[in-house]
Amino acid sequence: MSQTIEAPVEVRLPGGDEQRQDDRPWIVIVWNDPINLMSYVTFVLRKLFGYSEAEATKLMLQVHNEGKAVVSSGTREKAEFDVARLHGHGLWATLRQD
Amino acid sequence: MSPRRIRRERDGSIGLHLPAEEREVLRALPRQLRELLGTDDPTLVRLFPPAYADDAEADDEYAGMMRGELLEGRLAALRIVEATVDAERLDDEQLHAWLDALESLRLVLGTQLDVTEETYAHDPDPADPLAPALALYGYLSWLQEQAVEALSAGLP
Repeated sequence: MSQTIEAPVEVRLPGGDEQRQDDRPWIVIVWNDPINLMSYVTFVLRKLFGYSEAEATKLMLQVHNEGKAVVSSGTREKAEFDVARLHGHGLWATLRQD
Repeated sequence: MSPRRIRRERDGSIGLHLPAEEREVLRALPRQLRELLGTDDPTLVRLFPPAYADDAEADDEYAGMMRGELLEGRLAALRIVEATVDAERLDDEQLHAWLDALESLRLVLGTQLDVTEETYAHDPDPADPLAPALALYGYLSWLQEQAVEALSAGLP
């Protein structure tokens, strides 16, 4: 529960840093999973993001070998939209601020 | 190796070369999955994964906004498979729906079977009570590979 404040309290934010945090882009991460086929993951990355076959294969292998890969970034809205499209294709994707 | 079931034909259309018994399997599966989709069965988890790994509030908001749309997309693909299960030819849009339905089925069956990346490393033991389900999972995976291959050719 918040306390009643009689007058606006001026809070000094640490200069610059706060602003920079807000501006940090949101990233979309695809996680490895045991069900999705490698060829399917590559296909979905090409279809949704327009990656070339070589780029999509590299990202797919990163997911496979390292457990995850960043596949897109941008505003929170864009990242959430991309995550929803990946979920619509059965990939295990999350977003977070970089 | 069995002949391919799904392939891009010379005229650009998609050929669906399925024996009758496989069509019967593919006719029955969408209905079974649709019934499961009407429940809150835990094996549906992979169809509606979390968007925020460590922000439950944001994730609830996301699920509230997206779950209905994701569900409707899955159901629409199942309907298209049911409507075209006897077809000899598919167009690209129909094959995308097949791919989507195969994905839904594999996500749920794979979760039910708790598959690992090594599931294909060995032939299933025929004495294993899960052998028929594992064989079905393998079959759906084989079909999905073919659908991916046929559709990949059309990507820029």
